[in-house]
Amino acid sequence: MRQFLFFVQKEFYHLLRDPRTMFILFGMPLMQILIFGFALTNEVKNTHIAILDNSKDPVTAEIIQELQASRYFDIVENIRSNSELEPAFQSGKIKLAVIFPPRFQYSLLHENKADVQLIADATDPNVANTLANYATAIILNYQNNMKGQEEFPYTINTEVRMLYNPQLKGSYNFVPGVMAMVLMLVCAMMTSISIVREKELGTMEIILVSPIIPIRVIIAKMVPYFLLSSVNIASILFLSVFILDVPIQGNLVLLVSECLLFTITVLALGLLISSVTDSQQIAMLISLMGLFLPTIMLSGFMFPIENMPLPLRTISNIVPAKWFYYIVKTVMIKGLGFSYVWKETLILMGMTIFFLVVSIRKFKIRLE
Amino acid sequence: MSVSVKVNGVSKSFTTGKVEVKALQNISFEVSKGEVFGLIGPDGAGKTTLFRILTTLMIANKGEASVDGFDVVKQYKKIRNRVGYMPGRFSLYQDLTVEENLSFFATLFNTSLEKNYDLVKSIYQQIEPFKKRRAGALSGGMKQKLALSCALIHRPSVLFLDEPTTGVDAVSRKEFWELLRQLQTHGITIIVSTPYMDEASLCDRVALMQQGKIMEINSPKGITENFKKPLWAMRSSAMYQLMLELRALNEVETCYPFGQYHHVVFKGNPVSEDDVRRMIGNISQREIEVRRIPATIEDCFMELMHQ
Repeated sequence: MRQFLFFVQKEFYHLLRDPRTMFILFGMPLMQILIFGFALTNEVKNTHIAILDNSKDPVTAEIIQELQASRYFDIVENIRSNSELEPAFQSGKIKLAVIFPPRFQYSLLHENKADVQLIADATDPNVANTLANYATAIILNYQNNMKGQEEFPYTINTEVRMLYNPQLKGSYNFVPGVMAMVLMLVCAMMTSISIVREKELGTMEIILVSPIIPIRVIIAKMVPYFLLSSVNIASILFLSVFILDVPIQGNLVLLVSECLLFTITVLALGLLISSVTDSQQIAMLISLMGLFLPTIMLSGFMFPIENMPLPLRTISNIVPAKWFYYIVKTVMIKGLGFSYVWKETLILMGMTIFFLVVSIRKFKIRLE
Repeated sequence: MSVSVKVNGVSKSFTTGKVEVKALQNISFEVSKGEVFGLIGPDGAGKTTLFRILTTLMIANKGEASVDGFDVVKQYKKIRNRVGYMPGRFSLYQDLTVEENLSFFATLFNTSLEKNYDLVKSIYQQIEPFKKRRAGALSGGMKQKLALSCALIHRPSVLFLDEPTTGVDAVSRKEFWELLRQLQTHGITIIVSTPYMDEASLCDRVALMQQGKIMEINSPKGITENFKKPLWAMRSSAMYQLMLELRALNEVETCYPFGQYHHVVFKGNPVSEDDVRRMIGNISQREIEVRRIPATIEDCFMELMHQ
């Protein structure tokens, strides 16, 4: 036991004395979560729009005011004719134009019906869609307020509610994703590199020619990374709650234990990588190509898995991050209990045991 | 004296790409307890491979070997408990201090520096002033001493040192060999490899290795005594020219440059300086210094290689 503890202590020395490692361990997670939180967001805020008001009556004035008042839009231009529309879009000044036809108020009050045209720059289809939806929502909202004053017969009302994420915030989506990425990076890549480094330096040779049981060497290597990952999990959760306003809806204990389970899964993966490689570069390449990319692409974090072709959907099942992402989303964002994630938890456990068994069997007690 | 290390018919080959390299071919020898046994040979002779087989890090293709009576394959765990191994490359943690490295290896073997202080004392005292310094910042000689201390910390019965003096300055090399001699008094069997022929004479017995084969095993004295032909050292003002001309002579069997002199063996084995002078009479250079010398290990090595 003393032997084991000393080994763990030694690993901590290695970690704490290498500034680059420390940066990857603690700097990267913080940076990732902040960059994703503030910079790389597909939310719509203060988008520049233009108004072409051919009617200029009290109703259009009120609607324009509503649009201006929302934090989504910023009216930068009042266009006078259709011919000015195209240049405004082409110059990139505006992303959306709202066009009121002539006699807007008159049509609304006398024919019970009036049209508004929304023209969006669909070079980025997702943004265009979001913009159009927001504008529609604001206009419908205005209409509903009017309805309070005057009874419209026969109006069908659609009411949309965004569940779990009423403000459609991007952070709800990426906090679980970043967590999976950070744990992948810290645990899988760093452990595999640190084990392979011993092979490269030749210290593994001396350790092998000693009474220590090889598997203890490995476990001793995993312990510091496990502890540091717990620190990372805590800091990510802290940041998401207090800086990004993503609340933890579900049980914190359940959430944290699921995170720790995933940590062990990726540690085992790192171990597996280290047992099949002999150089730090290869270990790094395998971790990046074999783990990092699938985590980003196939976990459902960047692209919805439901939309993928069948082969990719099948492959995504062997990506541990997919299951972890689902669990965190379910527990943290939806606030559901263990009964909703037990299957995914079991899958992660199965994967962990599989990785551990394979890597222990593959661990070389000799140099060849 | 009891046998400490026994090697019997060991062969080992590697395949790099499609080429098969025979690293060891039918190697056999025995080392007695408390002996300093040297494996002498150039790079690529198979010394490191032999060390790795004996320290249980590799398995031979053919043959068997035992250390302290334990089989290197079947009883590898027993061997790992009792041998000390210092690989050719500096293999300690560069980012740990001298003290941390030592206590790490002590703990690895379930012992402590205090328990075996008497054994490592003479070595450790030399590096003790730097015990708070990181191993990576030590000089070459200091690194070797630290590595030796680490290999000795658990009082091994057999010590394997793979080229411990390569890349170390002449003074440190001399000190290092003195340390090995001291260790011998503790009854530790030492197997050491080196590419430096001059170090061979410091061993009790040596094995001369070349391309995976052992050419001769004997005491350094026995090896040099086996060199029966009279050996002549020669020097002139134009050494390279002299070598070319000597090699061109029919009477000259071999001529190798050795530092300031050329070592020359003549056909017909002349024993008097006059005979030699007559044989080299046709050489353009005058004022050649000629004297008869006893053979060194290196001469024997070259001779064996030549056969």
